[in-house]
Amino acid sequence: MTTFLTILFDGVAYGMLLFVLACGLAVTLGLMNFVNLAHGAFAMAGGYVCAMLVNRYGLPFFAGLPMAFVVSAAIGFVLERLLYRHLYHRNHLDQVLFTVGLVFMSVAAVDYVMGSSQVFINLPQVLQGQIDLFGVGIGRYRLMIIVICGILTVLLQLTLARTRFGSQLRAAVDDPRAAVGLGINVPWVFALTFAFGSGLAGLGGALGAEILGLDPHFPLKFMIYFLIVVTVGGSSSITGPFLASLLLGIGDVAGKYYVPKLGAFVIYTMMIVILILRPNGLFGKTAVR
Amino acid sequence: MTLALETQGLVKTFGGLTATRDLSLKVERDARHALIGPNGAGKTTVINLLTGVLRPNAGRILLEGSDITALPAYRRALMGLSRTFQINQLFADLTPLETIALAVSEQRGEGMHWWSSLGRDATAADEIGLLLQRFHLTEVMNARTATLPYGKQRLLEIALAIAAKPRVLLLDEPAAGVPEAERQDILAAVASLPRDVSVLLIEHDMDLVFSFADRISVLVNGALFVEGSPSEVARDPRVKAVYLGEAADA
Amino acid sequence: MPWYEMPWRERTGIVGSLYDLSRWRWGEMLFWTLALMAILLFPHRYLILTEIAWLALFVLSLDLILGYAGIVSLGHAAFFGVGAYTAGLLALHHIIDEPVLALLVAGLAAMVLGFVTSFLVMRGADLTRLMVTLGIALLLRELANRFSDITGGFDGLQGIVMQPVLGLFEFDLFGKTSFIYCLVVLFLMFLLARRIVHSPFGLSLRAIRNNPLRAAAIGIPVNRRLTAIYTIAAFYAGLAGALSTQSTALASLDVFSFERSADLLLVLVIGGTGYLYGGLIGAVVFKLLQDVLATWTPQYWQFWIGLILVVLVLIGRERLHRWTRWGPERIKTILDARKSAAVAGEKTP
Repeated sequence: MTTFLTILFDGVAYGMLLFVLACGLAVTLGLMNFVNLAHGAFAMAGGYVCAMLVNRYGLPFFAGLPMAFVVSAAIGFVLERLLYRHLYHRNHLDQVLFTVGLVFMSVAAVDYVMGSSQVFINLPQVLQGQIDLFGVGIGRYRLMIIVICGILTVLLQLTLARTRFGSQLRAAVDDPRAAVGLGINVPWVFALTFAFGSGLAGLGGALGAEILGLDPHFPLKFMIYFLIVVTVGGSSSITGPFLASLLLGIGDVAGKYYVPKLGAFVIYTMMIVILILRPNGLFGKTAVR
Repeated sequence: MTLALETQGLVKTFGGLTATRDLSLKVERDARHALIGPNGAGKTTVINLLTGVLRPNAGRILLEGSDITALPAYRRALMGLSRTFQINQLFADLTPLETIALAVSEQRGEGMHWWSSLGRDATAADEIGLLLQRFHLTEVMNARTATLPYGKQRLLEIALAIAAKPRVLLLDEPAAGVPEAERQDILAAVASLPRDVSVLLIEHDMDLVFSFADRISVLVNGALFVEGSPSEVARDPRVKAVYLGEAADA
Repeated sequence: MPWYEMPWRERTGIVGSLYDLSRWRWGEMLFWTLALMAILLFPHRYLILTEIAWLALFVLSLDLILGYAGIVSLGHAAFFGVGAYTAGLLALHHIIDEPVLALLVAGLAAMVLGFVTSFLVMRGADLTRLMVTLGIALLLRELANRFSDITGGFDGLQGIVMQPVLGLFEFDLFGKTSFIYCLVVLFLMFLLARRIVHSPFGLSLRAIRNNPLRAAAIGIPVNRRLTAIYTIAAFYAGLAGALSTQSTALASLDVFSFERSADLLLVLVIGGTGYLYGGLIGAVVFKLLQDVLATWTPQYWQFWIGLILVVLVLIGRERLHRWTRWGPERIKTILDARKSAAVAGEKTP
């Protein structure tokens, strides 16, 4: 029973981490219908920025996290303005080629600059070890992930549902032309959204270095996970990808614990079955073009 | 007289919106039937229901007596129900020659032939040639469809529907958007459709409707409003009211 | 009146125009002559030539589904991998020792997988397709990894010894037999592909890629056609995988990798989609490029491959191909102008 609870806990932490990593993609891919296979590269950038600041320059871990967000968001913003925006209206094949190209470049570039071995971020004492809660061993680090990601999820939901920017984004995605007519600066909205999504991915990359591992192949290794979150979660709301993340996180942790021989097999099979039964995603209602 | 196409109590809703309500329409064999109605009356929805692009919520569709309600679009086409589209739906990268050759070979049941080259069969080549000639497409037959002038594309749209050798043909606003200079070609093509093909014409252009149709159905808010011969419909005060109402709104 | 005497036939030249669609052009003959001459011209480069040959076959497979039918796949390596492992296992365990027969069996194995998975792929729209194709390839890789007692895991199948082709042609150290063998298979499969794309079936695929809605409206069973070409393409990819195993006597997990599927897309778009030669030309260019980059910067050549992809898309694939076609077309116009000038010259007394 306690193992089960520990797995559940780890799975939830893993799932929430995946959500923070992938929710930027949920907007670009799910809402703007742009296939960005390079999303993981922004996460990797955040992870390396945090690792460098903390390990090399002795910045405290909790100061490194926001920096990961800021740097990834800045990279995202620049790339969106320079490159991505020209590709929103291209077909999916072009988008795939372009973003795969970016992935290849980022992998090789990081390998060149940082080396190919796995990187660990030095964690403060507070985050190491476990605490005991009603006889269930709970990792402090994972607890922190759940807290941070939980807060972010709530903030995200509020931003999208309650703020002016949220409604502008929804209008821009639903009908860009009408949105322009309403005086919304659509390219600007897209750029900010893209930057914000990249920033969240960067933060996720920094948070996840401990759990997921951080090396130059990160964008390729986790690409499929991000895509699963978005396609299985559907694009009608942020709740879909969130639930999909949790499902994926718990499924993956439980699968690796109970049937270690099958490994990621469980996840891929689950994804294919879900997509066959519900081509628009498990929680999606709107049709994907 | 026998019926070419019939709908019985057809209903289609989109969310809370009813696009087609309890529509029972009868198109007689060899008819020149027109379906008219003000904007938003649900004319294109009817065509999409008939051809299988949309599935009705209730009701049945009969093609020459056999129930086609549950059949996919391509099966209906093979049974002799062909259509044109209000907005051209052509194969942009194919030439008119290839487009017509494709339709002819599909109609001849050769679509899965992967070992034979196109048009090696003399009768097929004849058919292709005659169709291209009849629709004034011969001189542009080797140009990419995407590069053709709009009027030619419109002709190809109709030629493609005819190439499938339909028994019932649905024309969805064939003259829509065609510049005045090329309009005559379209009208002539419509007028010279084979007599043994039953035609249901959906049109906004009243001149075309009254010169072409021998029977007219008026659709309002997705339901059948009035039906009768052109002179009956033209005299009907309710029809006038509907169209005048629309004119007043506009 | 017999059909060939009908007056309009002469006017329109329908038969001629239809015939023109599938006529062999001089450029094509030149291409294959050069390919054949490569056997004599580059006796020290058989290794890379062989790789080009099976890569070209693999790209041909992708071109059939992407260039003709418009199916974007992120996991075409699945079929390549199945072909590669089937051929490897058949040879390793001496189940079928004769390479050509083993090649066919490997192709058929991939074909069966293609047929079965086609129903999953047809189910969704573009995006779902990307995911499902990617998922299937990853799944197979995971399977191959789990059953490492059969597949050799990360080390791959080792100790494969190839028997002579058709019992006659021994595989030699220089790779001459390998190359000729791969080239012959490539050529035969190319002929078949050429036949397919110029048939009514092939034309219907192009129609489906252009406009599936209209294709269905003229009576084309869209999903059935896509299933058919997907299955055929899987056979091609399986053959390519088998050739790679047979020519290197090796098969490892990376046959299923995402990078292989992604590289494949790059190879095809380098050469251009939808005219068969794009894949072949792309394979030549890609392998030579890879060769140069790998010597120049062995560890980081992927960076440059990525850069090429990005630039290719930003400039626009269509525009790029217009540029490459500009040269030959310019020459043709000049030649045509000369010819008509010459004809005009003859006519004037």
